[in-house]
Amino acid sequence: MARDRVSNTAIVGIGQTEFSKDSGRSELQLACEAIKAALDDAGLEPADVDGMSTFTIDNNDDVDIVRSMGIDNLRFSSRVGHGGGGSAGPLAHAMAAIDGGLADVVVGYRAMNERSEYRFGQSQMENTGGSPGAGTGFIEWSLPFGSATAAAWTSVQAQRYMHRYGVTNEDFGHVSVQLRKNASTNPNAWFYQKPITLADHQASRWIVEPVFRLLDCTQESDGAVAFVVTSLERARDLRQSPVRILHATQAIPRNFETVTSYYHDDVCSFDAGVACASELYGRTGLGPRDIQVGMLYDHFSIAIYWHLEANGFCKQGEGADFVKDGHIALDGSIPVSPNGGHIGEAYIHGMNNIAEAVRQVRGTAANQVADVEHVLVSAGMSGAILGRV
Amino acid sequence: MSETIARPAPRPTRNSAFFWEGCRQGVLLGQRCGECGVFRHPPRPMCPECQSLERQEVELSGRATLYSWAKPVHPQLPMFEAGTLVALVELEEGIRMLSNLCEIEESAIEIGMPLEVFFVETADDGAVHQFRPLRDR
Repeated sequence: MARDRVSNTAIVGIGQTEFSKDSGRSELQLACEAIKAALDDAGLEPADVDGMSTFTIDNNDDVDIVRSMGIDNLRFSSRVGHGGGGSAGPLAHAMAAIDGGLADVVVGYRAMNERSEYRFGQSQMENTGGSPGAGTGFIEWSLPFGSATAAAWTSVQAQRYMHRYGVTNEDFGHVSVQLRKNASTNPNAWFYQKPITLADHQASRWIVEPVFRLLDCTQESDGAVAFVVTSLERARDLRQSPVRILHATQAIPRNFETVTSYYHDDVCSFDAGVACASELYGRTGLGPRDIQVGMLYDHFSIAIYWHLEANGFCKQGEGADFVKDGHIALDGSIPVSPNGGHIGEAYIHGMNNIAEAVRQVRGTAANQVADVEHVLVSAGMSGAILGRV
Repeated sequence: MSETIARPAPRPTRNSAFFWEGCRQGVLLGQRCGECGVFRHPPRPMCPECQSLERQEVELSGRATLYSWAKPVHPQLPMFEAGTLVALVELEEGIRMLSNLCEIEESAIEIGMPLEVFFVETADDGAVHQFRPLRDR
């Protein structure tokens, strides 16, 4: 590996709240709890924090967190668009800020009551034009046609993929069954001890015919996750074994859209994931065979195919057979989301997958994969490779 | 499809106003670069091929093929008829556009089938483009 081209930063702390359907407290409190837990995990204090990054669509304000937690001064703060697709973006910003000397200790967080306060999976009822800066301009071109949910938006490119490669909704069930199986042995997962069968998947109601059933969709969750990043040098003096950020990146490819990727040349090619993979593998000198765990962003079951293909674990169009052949199981060639992912653990918008990536490298996960050296985080419009120091 | 349903009106921006006004006039307009002639959709001010700000709003043939489709069934939106089909169509001019597929039995849908445009009114005196199977001419 070309060590001189990878980052000299590490994740030194992770923290999270419980994952629920009704947290009973504000999103600001959830954020503070998760950040405090991450700092405690690292052995750092709020006064050590001088950088912060989150999502454009996180409802919290940096100033409120600084005032709540007693942070002395944020020298660096940033927000990343594209919702959960951008969830590895705060990691990339933290890495760049520290490597570039803009900050010494950067916190990334996401806090949401997206089940109890608002329904993330439900429809937009008003044509608001989206959330500026978040990549939601596509709503102008979707809502007047009754395409008003994440499931509806995603189903259009999913159906094209199904048509081209002869994939059916029943095929998707193998993804959901595996993720729910993983969640069933993860005590932090909402679906702990609640595995499903293929028959359960096929009996669940349609959300978008003939593409997604209920058990193809991620859940809606309340909760928060935070991570703490600092330099490798400082990391060596802290409480946890550091988890190195080998590289983290974002991608907004040509003619691509957030969620509604209808316009680029080959709709069946997940161009954002391809761009992230090219950057991550190119920068680190690693390839798919060097990755022991894939934390792949599962807003819908089919997305696992897209991430597997974009990151070179199988070829485009082979995702369904690859999954059916058992490759993503915990004992498969590329175990995917041992925490259960969003479908099984919780939907904290990609951030709980980053926390699981850290646990897998540390060797402390509930469903620990053996001999993990590198974990790939693939969120679509962002990604990262984490590894041992 | 009934035209009396209070379908939400388009929300034009300065970049897209001409397109939605075209729908109100019953004309499907496409945006073409005034320099290199390449079509693009949704509308935006600069040509991604040659970076020209020259642009033309031209009437499209209204003929398309079905590129993909789906039927959102949950949650049922009160302002749309149950069973509304969302469709991504590819126009003769080479651009793709989201719309609805109408006047067809679901069992007859085939990706690649030829379609033609028509228009329906929305709430607030708006209008949007719709597609149905191409009729014999």
